[in-house]
Amino acid sequence: MSSHKSHDIGAGTAPLIGRSLQRVEDARFVTGTGTFIDDMKVENMVHALVVRSPHAHARIGAIDTTELLAHPGIIDVFTTADIAEYAAEIPLRLAPLVGYERYLQRPFAVDKVLYVGDPVAVIVADSRYIAEDAQDLLMIDYEILPAVTDVHASAKNESILNEKAGTNVAFSYRVSEGDIEAAFAAADYTRKESFYCHRHSGVPLETRGMIASYDATATDHKLKVWGATKVPWFNRRALAKMLRMEEADIRFVETDVGGAFGIRGEFYPEDFLIPFATMRVKRPVKWIEDRREHLMAANHSREMECDLEIALSKDGDFLGLRGVFRADMGAYARTNGGVPPAKAAQFAPGPYRVGAVQMDVAGLMTNKTPIGTYRGPGRYEVNFFRERLLDLAAADLGISPVALRMKNLIPADMMPYTTGKLCPYEEPVQYDQGDYPGTLAKIAEAFDFDRMKAKVEACGQKNGKRQGVGLAVFVESGGAGPSETARIEVTPTGKIEVFTGVTAQGQGHETVLAQICSDGMGGVPFGDISIFHGDTDKLEWGFGTYHGRGVTVGGSAILLTARKLAAQLVAMAARRTNLGIEELELKDGAIRKKGAAPGEPPVMTLEALAASADDPAELKAVEKFAPANRTYTSGAHAAHVEVDVETGKVEVLRYLIVEDVGRCINPALVHGQAIGGAVQGIGATFLDELVYDAEGQLLTGSFADYLMATSNEFPEIEAITLETSLSTLNPLGAKGAGEGGIVGAGGALANAVSHALGPLGVNVTSLPLNPNNVLRMIRQATPRQAAE
Amino acid sequence: MNVSTRHEITLTVNGKTETRTVESRTTAADFLRDDLRLTGTHLGCEHGVCGACTIIVGEASMRSCLMFAVQLDGTTITTVEGLAQNGKMTVLQESFREHHALQCGFCTAGFLTTATAFLKETPDPTADEVREALSGNICRCTGYIPIVEAVLDAARTIKAAKG
Repeated sequence: MSSHKSHDIGAGTAPLIGRSLQRVEDARFVTGTGTFIDDMKVENMVHALVVRSPHAHARIGAIDTTELLAHPGIIDVFTTADIAEYAAEIPLRLAPLVGYERYLQRPFAVDKVLYVGDPVAVIVADSRYIAEDAQDLLMIDYEILPAVTDVHASAKNESILNEKAGTNVAFSYRVSEGDIEAAFAAADYTRKESFYCHRHSGVPLETRGMIASYDATATDHKLKVWGATKVPWFNRRALAKMLRMEEADIRFVETDVGGAFGIRGEFYPEDFLIPFATMRVKRPVKWIEDRREHLMAANHSREMECDLEIALSKDGDFLGLRGVFRADMGAYARTNGGVPPAKAAQFAPGPYRVGAVQMDVAGLMTNKTPIGTYRGPGRYEVNFFRERLLDLAAADLGISPVALRMKNLIPADMMPYTTGKLCPYEEPVQYDQGDYPGTLAKIAEAFDFDRMKAKVEACGQKNGKRQGVGLAVFVESGGAGPSETARIEVTPTGKIEVFTGVTAQGQGHETVLAQICSDGMGGVPFGDISIFHGDTDKLEWGFGTYHGRGVTVGGSAILLTARKLAAQLVAMAARRTNLGIEELELKDGAIRKKGAAPGEPPVMTLEALAASADDPAELKAVEKFAPANRTYTSGAHAAHVEVDVETGKVEVLRYLIVEDVGRCINPALVHGQAIGGAVQGIGATFLDELVYDAEGQLLTGSFADYLMATSNEFPEIEAITLETSLSTLNPLGAKGAGEGGIVGAGGALANAVSHALGPLGVNVTSLPLNPNNVLRMIRQATPRQAAE
Repeated sequence: MNVSTRHEITLTVNGKTETRTVESRTTAADFLRDDLRLTGTHLGCEHGVCGACTIIVGEASMRSCLMFAVQLDGTTITTVEGLAQNGKMTVLQESFREHHALQCGFCTAGFLTTATAFLKETPDPTADEVREALSGNICRCTGYIPIVEAVLDAARTIKAAKG
């Protein structure tokens, strides 16, 4: 086990960046006094239930609401005809892949339902109990159509999901860099493998939910929505457009959020339906998703196939990489559904110098829950594909897995380095800087990889068990998206209030953003700083938290604002005291003479300064930070496993992550991200899977079927955080730390299990590695090897 | 019995006696959250797998989503809100903070109640015993390792304090 204790803020103050302060959030969570969305009650509130399609693909016939409406306690029901006037498509937020926009989802299914869980009606009732009692009284006729449940059936276009589009191929494109034909022609060695990454998702422990209330006579905020997260400003804009309201008439308020992992906080059908419901019934409406709903309604992710082919020289120089991706996109285009396939292709070369790259990417529609992003979208998948193929090549060429990678990693002196334009809607990627070989060297040494590899190989099979080790190396982007804004104010009592557009889903932003603010304002006491986030009323414009931008972009905006306000307060104090600006500084929460002896009384306290203000504008500052480019972390995962060849069960004996995250604001929290991400990724590699049958029925609709890691499965995990390569793209030098723990898990474990079972002829090319699948691989491989 | 038949129940919650009328079908979790407004007890799955709704009934940890409110009649229960006494957090609560054993905080109440009941029964546990005791609670953020450390550390602190 690896220990990483945080500590309380004790004596001594600045700088706070780099210190493992205890989180300010924790006090409310350990005492049960947080406010999650379902903890809120609003006066006169009623409850909504979303009626969902029980069929994967069916034409909607007659809908009869008579019996339902007669049931006591049922207040209202509405269906697609009732929202026709407003039934705009939910817009894409990210990844505008050409053609994908034809499949955008509307709040209710129109004419046809396209997946089990597709919303068809909303029931509003006095209580959720009553709504559930009565929902079977809603009569909907369905004419069942053939379900398309995998990419190969989809590509045949025999059963078409979207007749207007006329094809199930939502998008198809090629990206390339260099002369791929020449690279393969010149290669001494090539190998092609077909990989599959399984469908799974983030599954936050708190399901989605919201409360909406509407008052047409209000002079501000006619519509108020609690429960927003991730990107409240974007979602407010989308809702305003769909309802044809002014943005200023809508207020989104974030509550405490029980995890998101990319899944939660995007604009979903319910984000229109519940505000619409409150406008219809003229009472506040609460909707809380149940777990079964969540598993069929919230974004799925990860499912894709990839045929990947590598070209190497006889010495192991990485000459070329070409791939064909077939991504299962589910039934509709969701706000960010194009990200996983587009990023898988873009990150295909990873941290390596590759002579030429060519990727063909297709998104195929199926009668399953739509795809969106999940922590490390596209990266988890492609790191598995590429790193597995590299291990196969290393074995074929008789080179050690470490040596083959080391030989091809981009050296530090080639930074910044471009991999070219491998994403159709983005500029060419430029890795900012980093010591990729140094990161690999660190993990190889800390894991003692080569010696462990030789050791487990010498060990062979003992008591029906075989051991193996595996590596995966990655680069990971952060600091994405548009600018982020911050406003900082001094209160009348001299305290500091920070307003940010960044949202929080458990990362500890209230703590780390206060650490940044304190340092930016000359050591204002940590306890005097309050962070306000996720309220569209508190900041003119913000954006949100995703893709490693909370600290890198949001934190940078706060640092710049803090510095600006500090300078402003010093100038103000100089005017009040007739001292020179250059004589004064803001230090430890008061205006002091530069070089003042410790203990010397300040020139002015912040409280006195606040009291002296002529204009409130003197006591606040607003600043934006717009990232010029993305930041890139580098890292690696190493796994040591033991496989029981009789049962197919894999035990993880040791797991190590090394990641260079640039500036680390709070090491304990960064460590927590790495370990937590790793267990999510390791669990997903062995357990998590969203399974459909041939009729498109979701077979994993409960936690009894959808399995996740628990406390006694993966106890031996360590993470080493490096701060070797500070980013030069933001004033903090930070690169983002949320995804490195998860992105290498599939690759490292597939390599470790393949290493363990290699002598039996097993080559892992598909996930998950649950006991059934591992056993099947062993059984299918053994006879072939015996025959050889 | 009709699901909406109402029953009067009396129980002791976090040291306070409460008498309420509940429907037969109201779950203990909904009763605590909606009627008593003890919203620290969370619902993550409502089918008894995730453990977020765990409360302490008598001395045993139980899932309030799988119990009916009427089953609480005559019991003495503790929810997460009742762990700290007079504003002073328990050793376990402090240990969760020190070890960064929570991120989003949604599962935390269930882990605290489960571990509180466990430590009473097993004051000197091994790491494996702690992992086993917590294996019925799901956390999606922390990877469990800091939670296990927090429980082990709390056990050591409690033991040392008792001398």
